[in-house]
Amino acid sequence: MHLLICGGTGCSASKSQEIADNLKITLKDKGLENEVQVILTGCFGFCEKGPIVKIMPDNTFYTEVKPEDAREIIEEHVIKGRKVTRLLYSDPENDQRVADSKHMGFYKKQMRIALRNCGFIDPQNIEEYIGEDGYAALAKCLGEMTPEQVINEIKLSGLRGRGGGGFPTGLKWEIASKNHADQKYVVCNADEGDPGAFMDRSILEGDPHSVLEAMTINGYAIGATKGLIYIRAEYPLAIQRLLTAIDQSREYGLLGEDILGSGFNFDIELRYGAGAFVCGEETALIHSMEGKRGEPTFKPPFPAQSGYNNKPTNVNNVETYANVPIIINKGAAWFSSIGTEKSKGTKVFALAGQINNVGLIEVPMGITLREVIYEIGGGIKGGKEFKAVQTGGPSGGCLTKKHLDTPIDYDNLIAAGSMMGSGGMVVMDETSCMVAIAKFYLEFTVEESCGKCSPCRIGNKRLYEILEKITKGNGTMEDLDNLRNLAGVIKDTALCGLGQTSPNPVLSTIDNFYDEYVEHIKDKKCRAGVCKSLMRYIIDPEQCVGCTACARNCPVNAIKGEKKLPHLINQELCIKCGACIERCKFGAISIQ
Amino acid sequence: MTKIKSLADLRAMKQSVQEKLDTRVKGTEEGLVQVKVAMATCGIAAGAKQVMDYMMEETEKRGINAVFTQTGCMGYCHAEPTIEVTRPGEDPVVFGYVDIKKADQIIEKYIKDGELVDGVIPVNYEKIKD
Repeated sequence: MHLLICGGTGCSASKSQEIADNLKITLKDKGLENEVQVILTGCFGFCEKGPIVKIMPDNTFYTEVKPEDAREIIEEHVIKGRKVTRLLYSDPENDQRVADSKHMGFYKKQMRIALRNCGFIDPQNIEEYIGEDGYAALAKCLGEMTPEQVINEIKLSGLRGRGGGGFPTGLKWEIASKNHADQKYVVCNADEGDPGAFMDRSILEGDPHSVLEAMTINGYAIGATKGLIYIRAEYPLAIQRLLTAIDQSREYGLLGEDILGSGFNFDIELRYGAGAFVCGEETALIHSMEGKRGEPTFKPPFPAQSGYNNKPTNVNNVETYANVPIIINKGAAWFSSIGTEKSKGTKVFALAGQINNVGLIEVPMGITLREVIYEIGGGIKGGKEFKAVQTGGPSGGCLTKKHLDTPIDYDNLIAAGSMMGSGGMVVMDETSCMVAIAKFYLEFTVEESCGKCSPCRIGNKRLYEILEKITKGNGTMEDLDNLRNLAGVIKDTALCGLGQTSPNPVLSTIDNFYDEYVEHIKDKKCRAGVCKSLMRYIIDPEQCVGCTACARNCPVNAIKGEKKLPHLINQELCIKCGACIERCKFGAISIQ
Repeated sequence: MTKIKSLADLRAMKQSVQEKLDTRVKGTEEGLVQVKVAMATCGIAAGAKQVMDYMMEETEKRGINAVFTQTGCMGYCHAEPTIEVTRPGEDPVVFGYVDIKKADQIIEKYIKDGELVDGVIPVNYEKIKD
């Protein structure tokens, strides 16, 4: 028998170590220390109800356990085999106590569809994929369905593009299928560029065959015989696994000519990108594949009409493709039963930032931020206060406390001034300065702008300069109006989707954290202590003993003072490096 | 390798692979232990490869019949490197923060005797089933 105690950060803070110790002591008292083992585990993710104690093998799940409950758990549960009812999880919906953790709602918070094989099969072995129903969807399409039926199934499923925009996938396929040409192309967009996002890389590295299978299905549906995967060269392992997977598929006759005896031919090649963010935009991606500069062009014509080599081309994102085989296998009705009215299925998020369980998660559409952060993510690091979540990367915005209970789907995120994006989710606590965050994303956009259209090339640079001015303490209230106006112009006039969404980080932080902007401008204060120019290091003359440690370690000699007399920091010379505060043994230096 | 030419071929192959996987998961009579190591870029960067090499070497030295496979990202970025160990006839258990020292404990305690060691990562998701 095993007693599992959560040793995650949240539960440790509420004395899980002490519970473990008490359990061990009690077991020893009863002479059971060799029969029953006490184990500290990683975070269960359910920190709201922590500390958690789970009894194996019967899967009993005790919540909010206190150190003094240890004896009762041993005496009642371990020795007499009776569950300690008062410590069982009580289902908020019907107030019933749930004994077996398998029936607890929070296990259903995460549902792995796109990641179904990721972390389970050997990605370099096609047979393992086949053993998990791999290529069955392709066989079904080729053997039992017409291309129209395949498109219809995807349409009915309600699948929308997972790369950011959320365009209905089935509709995209239908448009491409209706444009007739001697050659058509299927392109997989694996140019994942949002800072902090790694969903696509994980899928390609963990389950490359699912993408190959889906692309082949896509080819069959729209009448294309050639597939291309545009992947950034910074993903060497993903590339290597894809190449292995393509080789194996060819060897098994699942790519190439006359696939499964159906007469359908399809093959896939890779195209490498050099890592430009704009190449994630489909027209720029296509130009890059053609060997031209990675710059977007005006739509229409859409790639479905005239794409790669001016032929009809269907571009979908990696995660979108990963959903396709399972939709064919299990049916559109199954898929559309998951999620919200307009956003079906699940979404993979790369959960990062000031959160305990940094990781890759897959959740049904419609889950709330609160559930993601507190029931999957394990809460904010160090028990600090939640401030905001950035979704959608440089094209997205920040969601705040007031959005904690908003169901996450494409439309709700846009309504909240952000967007789904490809699935980066950066959690921030009170130590993040929202003006600096907006500046960070703008800096990224300025760096990555292809320079083709002036709103993006010049406008974003100006936005960045105004933000820089504000964080340096030189902002005026007029700057806020200028930011809003300029952002509006860029949104309306930029050429491609990236330019049009690039002001989102600025707009959403102004909307949600207006006070913070005003503080920076009027009070010259950064409440998070991030904007260095607004910080002042001060020596308290009462506490300073004149040990000279700070003065000796100041790299710019900004601290002056006689030995054994209070010292003084010259604010004009100070570069705010913080060396003095680290050296002071008397706590005499503070930041204001 | 003969090519898969029809749906029937594919089904036959699935069948045979599943039987193979089943015996691997359930373990054979000799008690084959299965170890999966999460080897995406991030896992490898965190040291998964060294851990896998070490465990392969050590299990052989200690006369344990184990089969190792690499797999993709398990999603527990906060606890890399992560490995999943399946003892014959038992549910798989995922361990996080596996360094060489922890790997040694896992071999000695869990793989040999079925005693869990600290650092188990609880399953907190639902997998889709047929």
